Amino acid sequence: MKKEEIAPDYQQLYHQLTKRILYGKGESTPEQRQAAFDNAGLAEPLSTLTNKVALEAHKVTDSDIKAVKRTGMSEDQLFELIVCAAVGQASRQYQSGLAALAEAIKEGGAHAS
Amino acid sequence: MRLDILNSGYKFGKKVLFSIIKAISGYPLPDAAKLVFYRPDFYGTPAKQFTQRAMRGPSQWSVGDRELMAAFVSRVNECTFCIKAHSAVSANAYGDRAKVEQVLADVLTAPIAPALSATLLMLGKLTREQAISPDDIRNMMAAGVSATQIEDALAVCFAFNITNRLADTFGFSVPGDDAFEAGAKYLIKRGYA
Repeated sequence: MKKEEIAPDYQQLYHQLTKRILYGKGESTPEQRQAAFDNAGLAEPLSTLTNKVALEAHKVTDSDIKAVKRTGMSEDQLFELIVCAAVGQASRQYQSGLAALAEAIKEGGAHAS
Repeated sequence: MRLDILNSGYKFGKKVLFSIIKAISGYPLPDAAKLVFYRPDFYGTPAKQFTQRAMRGPSQWSVGDRELMAAFVSRVNECTFCIKAHSAVSANAYGDRAKVEQVLADVLTAPIAPALSATLLMLGKLTREQAISPDDIRNMMAAGVSATQIEDALAVCFAFNITNRLADTFGFSVPGDDAFEAGAKYLIKRGYA
């Protein structure tokens, strides 16, 4: 599936959300937000937290949050980075699903014709 | 919730609004709603717009089907708040609580159409393994699911994989079943916008 074949409203709303959290006004830097979104390149204890948010959010504990707050990070910065970590992992899933769909349509289309 | 700003960091007008909602509905505003009221320009507003499109926008899936997908994804993520919230909305939309419970207990034996069952299995795999392959999509198409339906289901999956993570990380408080029932009626009537 080419980009323009994805329903334009989903694509527009998806980009509106991801661009806002990554590049819009915030308390954390765009570099920190991108790293949280990618779940890569962050220092401890933040990396433990974002990794849990991405892969086992139901196991996040009070201590995980407190450990990051003790490094001096504000709650607003933490709020932003947690949102980026959650949206980032969900985005990777979504993109995998859309790519698999595009591939199946491409082959199915060729087969059908 | 685990961040104080999400419990009490709201402007005066919003605090008044929360009190009014509690007085009218008889229940405190659920944490899921409070989250999207916190600095809404950062996350709440764009997230609600995507979710509204996925859950209530045009689709060959019914509202009950999409809410069932939301509950199912939440179950795979073990997110108690969202399982309860969206199984209640699905049950209300279908007018059939038993069906929702059967799907969450065992999708393979639940009395639902093969297309819906194949879709739930794909969403479960994507949520659990973080990725799917073109073969997974071909299996769905063989079960009669259209490309548009797959795209709609992937959007539901995206929205709830975000919400589940935030619910468990921020630590949404899980109220009683009566509060979820009231919340379900609100989401049926008003949607996510």
